[in-house]
Amino acid sequence: MKGAQILIESLRKEGVEVMFGYPGGSVIPLFDFLYDAPIRFFLTRHEQAAAHAADGYARATGKTGVCVATSGPGATNLTTGIATAHMDSVPMVAITGQVKTSLIGNDAFQEADMIGITRSITKHNYLVKRVEDLAYTVKEAFYLANSGRPGPVLIDLPVDVQLQDAEFEYPERIHMRTYNPTQEGHPGQIKKAWKLLSSAKKPVVVVGGGALASGAHEECVKFAEALKAPVSTTLMGLGGFPSSHPASLGMPGMHGTVYANLAVTESDLLISVGCRFDDRVTGKLTAFAPDAKIIHIDIDPTSISKNIHVDIPIVGDAKKVLKQFLDARPESFQPQTDAWMTQIKEWKEKHPLKYSVTDSPKIKPQHVIEELYRQTKGEAIISTEVGQNQMWAAQFYRYDHPRHFLSSGGLGTMGYGFPAAIGAKVARPEKEVIVIAGDGSIQMNIQELATLSTYGVNVKIVILNNHYLGMVRQWQEIFYKRRYSATPLKNPDFVKVAQGYGIHSLEVHSPDKVPGAIRDILGHDGPVMADFRIAEEENVFPMVPAGEAINRMIGGMA
Amino acid sequence: MKHTIQAIVENKFGVLARVASLFSARGYNIESLAVGETQDPSVSCMTLVVDAPDERILEQIKKQLHKLVNVVTVVDFTRKEYLDRDLLLTKIAKKDGEEEALRELEQKYHVRILEQKEKYYLLEITTERHHEEDLLRTLKKIGILELVRTGRIAIGK
Repeated sequence: MKGAQILIESLRKEGVEVMFGYPGGSVIPLFDFLYDAPIRFFLTRHEQAAAHAADGYARATGKTGVCVATSGPGATNLTTGIATAHMDSVPMVAITGQVKTSLIGNDAFQEADMIGITRSITKHNYLVKRVEDLAYTVKEAFYLANSGRPGPVLIDLPVDVQLQDAEFEYPERIHMRTYNPTQEGHPGQIKKAWKLLSSAKKPVVVVGGGALASGAHEECVKFAEALKAPVSTTLMGLGGFPSSHPASLGMPGMHGTVYANLAVTESDLLISVGCRFDDRVTGKLTAFAPDAKIIHIDIDPTSISKNIHVDIPIVGDAKKVLKQFLDARPESFQPQTDAWMTQIKEWKEKHPLKYSVTDSPKIKPQHVIEELYRQTKGEAIISTEVGQNQMWAAQFYRYDHPRHFLSSGGLGTMGYGFPAAIGAKVARPEKEVIVIAGDGSIQMNIQELATLSTYGVNVKIVILNNHYLGMVRQWQEIFYKRRYSATPLKNPDFVKVAQGYGIHSLEVHSPDKVPGAIRDILGHDGPVMADFRIAEEENVFPMVPAGEAINRMIGGMA
Repeated sequence: MKHTIQAIVENKFGVLARVASLFSARGYNIESLAVGETQDPSVSCMTLVVDAPDERILEQIKKQLHKLVNVVTVVDFTRKEYLDRDLLLTKIAKKDGEEEALRELEQKYHVRILEQKEKYYLLEITTERHHEEDLLRTLKKIGILELVRTGRIAIGK
């Protein structure tokens, strides 16, 4: 069997049904076998979008997303998507063609050192120089990508190896002597943690992306209810604990809720479930939860005590560890959180997330998102771009289910949301999938309108158009004397752009038209691009200035 | 503070680059790095001397190293019993009174005079970490023309 066919057969063995990518000189043999393979292939119009689509597919399902590109520029175009997946621990296998082995290192046409380039943005990478190693490498790559802390793995495959013959034998099992992630938490640590929990008066559970990766959403609810503790979900953790649960605090950190930040700051015990304490969550480290002991559950030991000192580290899979916690609950345990929950209720009533509908005659972006929430009953998968649109989507849509909020959290990649939504819709065709974008970020991968129309992928695009790179403009307004350097945008006519691709489109100008427009968008049988002209200088509040303590918020503290 | 760390790594393509780029990407300081095969040809031993400003960063370095897929084990010798050696080859200028200094060197350290040329001695010196500073000071006093070293290797007791 030829190498290219071995690759396809190996992917089949891994259960791959869908791939995203772009052909080129070094992957022609591979595409030749893909032509007849029972794998649905989606041709994006840029390799970056292929990586994001594979990422969206993975985030919406938990399955490993697969993308493919040719050597050189095709491969380097994937890198932003690979880095995005790496920062957010998304399982992905990226396959890149490479120049033939005899030319490697010779600066050949369309040669790039992908192993070198992607070393720090992949969980691991492989250059396959012998066709005999290919099947095992694919097995290992998929195992690595979707075990432990998930992440992207790159396989660089020279074109001559794709054409060489070998016996195809797919390994049944895999054993890696150097890689064996800890799954179960240490029982002694869990016992110690229960001691702290027993004396805690002001506990807060923080749910991060790790809880979603391990499928621990049900355990998170049981655990929080057993503790009678409030739960804050980070951007990556949205949906890991239902936003509409009475104990939900929403998001902590830079654009978190006032009550989440007050609760974290005043807590005496923080229990992190798969949250890595990113600087956007912690704010100023010395003022972060100053009186709290910290229990940190994470499958990646390097996440523990990286940014903040942890009192009880527990390395393991979040779902398994929480189950262990629930099984090990001491009989004597009695939550003592009544006063704390009363305090939190007061904070929630006093400082709700809010926005003014009277200070501008224009559409408020928060209103658009609330209306989307109302009309989809919170059941849609929301894929965001990066910036103000992302924060409003995190704040004003409520996420009661896991894998319904797709967003580039760690890397903050503009251009992520639209192609990721394509991947999500392909993976979950029964779901409504909505992109919430800004007028800046939608243009970073707007060529994917061609992918939408080619395959009829029914994704709805909502552009919150303020004619600015809004988040940077907001910082310039607040910290740089309104000097709007390189942030005003002269945009194309989005309606006409969409029409050019044969996609239904509309423009919405006034607040009273918002509900009807959203009804039209959701009711249309096919993809839609909608341009909502929103209040230009609307800001995302609350806001913690970078490097400031998270209880020192601008806006929101009435 | 300086720490000696041993990493046993799989003998695979690109492992050294993975370790080196981990250090550069995360801004850790690496003072010396010595790599060689072990009795088991499938693995190599890397001995790293790192300068970690605090315990937290040292912990991160160890954990990040261990996270690399090709790394088998990581041992920090800091609080362990171990022996270490560093091999130096150096050319020392001949000048007045150098013979006495050389004798002093030979008494205190493992020194072999490999060659004697018109203008210099070529020495082989084996050192361990607590002699290092003193040795370098003495050599500098005599006059170093050239100095190369292998980097430290260490073995647990």
